[in-house]
Amino acid sequence: MMTAEKTRKTKSSAAFDVEGIRRDFPILSIRVHGKPLVYLDNAATTQKPLAVLDAIDRYYREENANVHRGVHALSELATKKYEDSRETVRAFINAASSKEIIFTRGATDSINLVAATFGRKYLKPGDEVVITGLEHHSNIVPWQLICEEKQAKLRVAPINSSGEVELAEFEELLSEKVKIAAISHISNALGTVNPIRRMIEAAHRFGIPVLIDGAQGVPHLNVDVLALDADFYAFSSHKIFGPTGLGVLYGKERLLDALPPYQGGGDMIRSVTFEKTIFNDLPYKFEAGTPHIEGAIGLGTALEYLHTFDWEAVVRHEHALIRSAADRLSEIEGVRIIGTAKEKAGVVSFVIDGIHPHDIGTILDQEGIAIRTGHHCAQPVMDRFGIPATARASFAFYNTVDEVDVLVQGIQKVKKVFGYV
Amino acid sequence: MSDLKALYQEVILDHNRNPRNYRKMENPDRFLEGYNPLCGDRYTVYIKMKGEVIEDISFQGSGCAISKASASVMGSLLKGKTRAEAEVIFDQFHRLVRGESKADAEELGKLAAFSGVSEFPARVKCAILAWHTMKNVLEDKAESVSTE
Ligand SMILES: Cc1ncc(COP(=O)(O)O)c(C=O)c1O
Repeated sequence: MMTAEKTRKTKSSAAFDVEGIRRDFPILSIRVHGKPLVYLDNAATTQKPLAVLDAIDRYYREENANVHRGVHALSELATKKYEDSRETVRAFINAASSKEIIFTRGATDSINLVAATFGRKYLKPGDEVVITGLEHHSNIVPWQLICEEKQAKLRVAPINSSGEVELAEFEELLSEKVKIAAISHISNALGTVNPIRRMIEAAHRFGIPVLIDGAQGVPHLNVDVLALDADFYAFSSHKIFGPTGLGVLYGKERLLDALPPYQGGGDMIRSVTFEKTIFNDLPYKFEAGTPHIEGAIGLGTALEYLHTFDWEAVVRHEHALIRSAADRLSEIEGVRIIGTAKEKAGVVSFVIDGIHPHDIGTILDQEGIAIRTGHHCAQPVMDRFGIPATARASFAFYNTVDEVDVLVQGIQKVKKVFGYV
Repeated sequence: MSDLKALYQEVILDHNRNPRNYRKMENPDRFLEGYNPLCGDRYTVYIKMKGEVIEDISFQGSGCAISKASASVMGSLLKGKTRAEAEVIFDQFHRLVRGESKADAEELGKLAAFSGVSEFPARVKCAILAWHTMKNVLEDKAESVSTE
């Protein structure tokens, strides 16, 4: 079991061996339309390493039982592995206690959990919730729903033409009326890295707790929730090389303790009579029903796998990839990069004059290149730039500079099909 | 012909660059918006009838090459046709992009340019967006069209 206090390795070791890493991901060697797969849709979901595939397979072959319910050996084993994964997650984001790690269905579910329970308890008519203009729909709609229900007001900190949150305007929105702020760590549509440390500090000056949507944060940055002083931090397993259907909500124990339960059912109770139910302690209070056991085991395995890498080298490699992609794409006539923030990670969004992103996606697909096209569940971001959609190449540490070459050639091909070269 | 060349035929690229009947109609009898939330394609289709005959048809909006060319070709084909003829052409187009058509190139005429679409299931919705919108306009349905 890996429970190192340091969340991720930062010692610089041997040179970054991207080919070795690629061999850990079986899907990266398949062909699509007869061409080698170039997978550049990592912001949508990441591929899974062998270690994770094996852990899930082993779980169902040798370890499957329900958790927290049996005295038999398999149930104890499954429970131990499930709880070990919680500890791995705790260490990975440097939370103070594993009670603060709640397994959910995904980042979306984590955000809904906080919006519903926090909103139910604390929001009153006339109160305010602050988000930013960069948010994914899953960090907008849950807040809209609860604000509508509680007659509270949703306020949005705007972004500038580089795709950065206007910090002065964000701080301007903070006041005693604001009960919670919800901010993405990294924008999935543009790749902007928000200065969340500073934003959290500003909110805390008014006593406002902050939820960070870290769906795109954890795959690319060394996240330390204590150092950030984040009150809640949400992410999805599938975007960090783990299985789908599982997410994490970190919350400060004091805050989670004070919240009412989210869903009712088994596991989340201590005792039930028809007159009164006593709820279980953290984290189980928020984990009603049989959880996604193999998902949690898979995520734990993925994080342990990541732990074997020198994180500084990973960050350097990813940074080189997006810089090279952005530089080379913007040299192509007619290509415009959308989102030019000073701090970016993982994502290069772009448009081409006269060619709709959907057509770009189809033509690249024929070359074996998987990118995402559309509004990326961030329509307000598209509206801000006055475009209906972008093409988005999003990177993981297993992508290579050669793949950036293939992407650039692919874009030339797109222009050729449309008769622009 | 490669799948890609079959999809992006010259007719499609031409209609994408220079869409015909691409304008807001001043006094339409009816108009309706069609929207594909998946990719953001959005068109309004305008129709002016003279009895049973489509006297004028136009469209406006934005979207990918397939959806725009499809709307443009649709307009040029349907102008002057009766409501019943338009429905027949709609069915023909629908079968074609779903890969269910047995008609030959001659029967298909201008529609033949869209024969490559059926090889790209994700793009069928792009091709039929304006057509479904047109059909709802003809049938006087009030709700806007959403293909997803
Ligand atoms: C920034 C951001 N937040 C939230 C989500 C929602 O994640 P999930 O769909 O896994 O719940 C995503 C996924 O696209 C995202 O990129």
